[in-house]
Amino acid sequence: MADEMMRFTQTLGESLRERGVSRRGFLKFCTATASMMALPPTMVPAIAAALEKARRPSVIWLSFQECTGCTESLTRSHSPTVENLIFDHISLDYHHTLQAAAGEAAEAAREAAMHENEGKYLVVVDGSIPLANPGFSTIAGVSNLQMLEETVKGAAAVVAVGTCAAFGGLPHANPNPTGAVSVSDIVKDKPVVNVSGCPPIPTVITGVLAHFLTFGELPELDHLGRPMTFYGQSIHDRCYRRPFYDKGLFAETFDDEGARKGWCLYRLGCKGPMTYNACATTRWNQGTSWPVESGHGCLGCSEPNFWDTGGFYNALSIPDSDITRNIGAVVAGGVVLGAAAGALNRSKRASAAAKHETVTIDDLDKTS
Amino acid sequence: MQKLQDIAVRVEATDGLPLNHSNATPILHEILHALQRLLNEQESTTIDLRALPFGPGDEEELLNQLGTGEIRVELNSLGRSLITETAYSGVWLVDHRNADDQRIALQIEITPIPSILKAQNEDVQDAIERLEDSLNPSCTETAGP
Repeated sequence: MADEMMRFTQTLGESLRERGVSRRGFLKFCTATASMMALPPTMVPAIAAALEKARRPSVIWLSFQECTGCTESLTRSHSPTVENLIFDHISLDYHHTLQAAAGEAAEAAREAAMHENEGKYLVVVDGSIPLANPGFSTIAGVSNLQMLEETVKGAAAVVAVGTCAAFGGLPHANPNPTGAVSVSDIVKDKPVVNVSGCPPIPTVITGVLAHFLTFGELPELDHLGRPMTFYGQSIHDRCYRRPFYDKGLFAETFDDEGARKGWCLYRLGCKGPMTYNACATTRWNQGTSWPVESGHGCLGCSEPNFWDTGGFYNALSIPDSDITRNIGAVVAGGVVLGAAAGALNRSKRASAAAKHETVTIDDLDKTS
Repeated sequence: MQKLQDIAVRVEATDGLPLNHSNATPILHEILHALQRLLNEQESTTIDLRALPFGPGDEEELLNQLGTGEIRVELNSLGRSLITETAYSGVWLVDHRNADDQRIALQIEITPIPSILKAQNEDVQDAIERLEDSLNPSCTETAGP
């Protein structure tokens, strides 16, 4: 118990030194952390100075209407590595999928963490919150809405992990039978960071937590509440296949010459131009590859309403009407036609939404 | 019938040359400018290769172009790290790995000597204490194992 308290009050620098990690090792750790947080290498001394003094923040992880894919993604980050070291240095006090405790003991752990770290703890949420009927999703008999409101009350900040928590995601897709909403629809008086993606890239989740651990504050956010370092540029702008788009070289099917030569997947429905995420540089599975490198277009999973945009294989600027002939002009006229494509896409999205049949709660009861 | 393993997954280059997406060349120019700054203004530069949108073959092409120089150092702390000077003096490749030998950072440093190779004050202080302990074992009551 005394050891545990000691560990809790130690700074990260002290704890690494106690484990026999040299200053060189610490600097290596800081270099990898800067790289993971997508910060420039010139930030390493500042990160070292901050991490030296960093203390373990308490983290409470709440899972609402979700598929556990986000937790799967997080626990599939390289092991053991920087992310694990980070996790040795946050105190994950409640996560009902990962914790050993169950039932009342689990809920007691959450309440203890909230009480002991009042005003300082971080709440991570995956999954959307159903408002149509609180009974649709409960934990220990407590509705998701009630648990969220109660837990964020004393929090320093909230991190919405995954597109469900950030924007409503799959449960929010038409016709949204559970009345699912995002975390930021409910939490108005605390800073909320949206770490979207279905699931988000593991190092992006840990990168945001590392940023909080390192600097004690949240990173700069875009207009959708996402960290600029990871979501600041579109997939299209960072895509290594972008030169093929600029030259007008497109794959037309998944097995034609263009596909084999690795040309642009725009006409096969790639949502790269409207999607902001770090896949093109961070990649997946320990930096092995990412969807476009594997030959499949981007689904746009880190954007709001990505399920309702009318089809993963419909090109952004080529809905049902045949404007294929104009593609050459799209390439030549870049920005203007890009905007037109956006407008077409919006109208297509609206008609896709309108075509959806409405499902009532009674319909759901009938089939179950 | 074609079997799964018969389907080529390697992306083919059109002219039979090793495939890359020509992203190495701009980085080589960046390295050239960094070398000039190092010589004229003593300013060091670090390029994080993880932050670059390389396509298949680009990293191999860049490392191939940089080649191997005179120095190769292995650092063992929180896993292995390889620090090698490239064929261009002052251009270093720093490859940090974790305990499972997975890459956690890959950087090019344009500097006289990568800072991670220098002995750090904290470690020197620790060395003084340990050496004193081993020379005067009776003076210490809390020597570590």
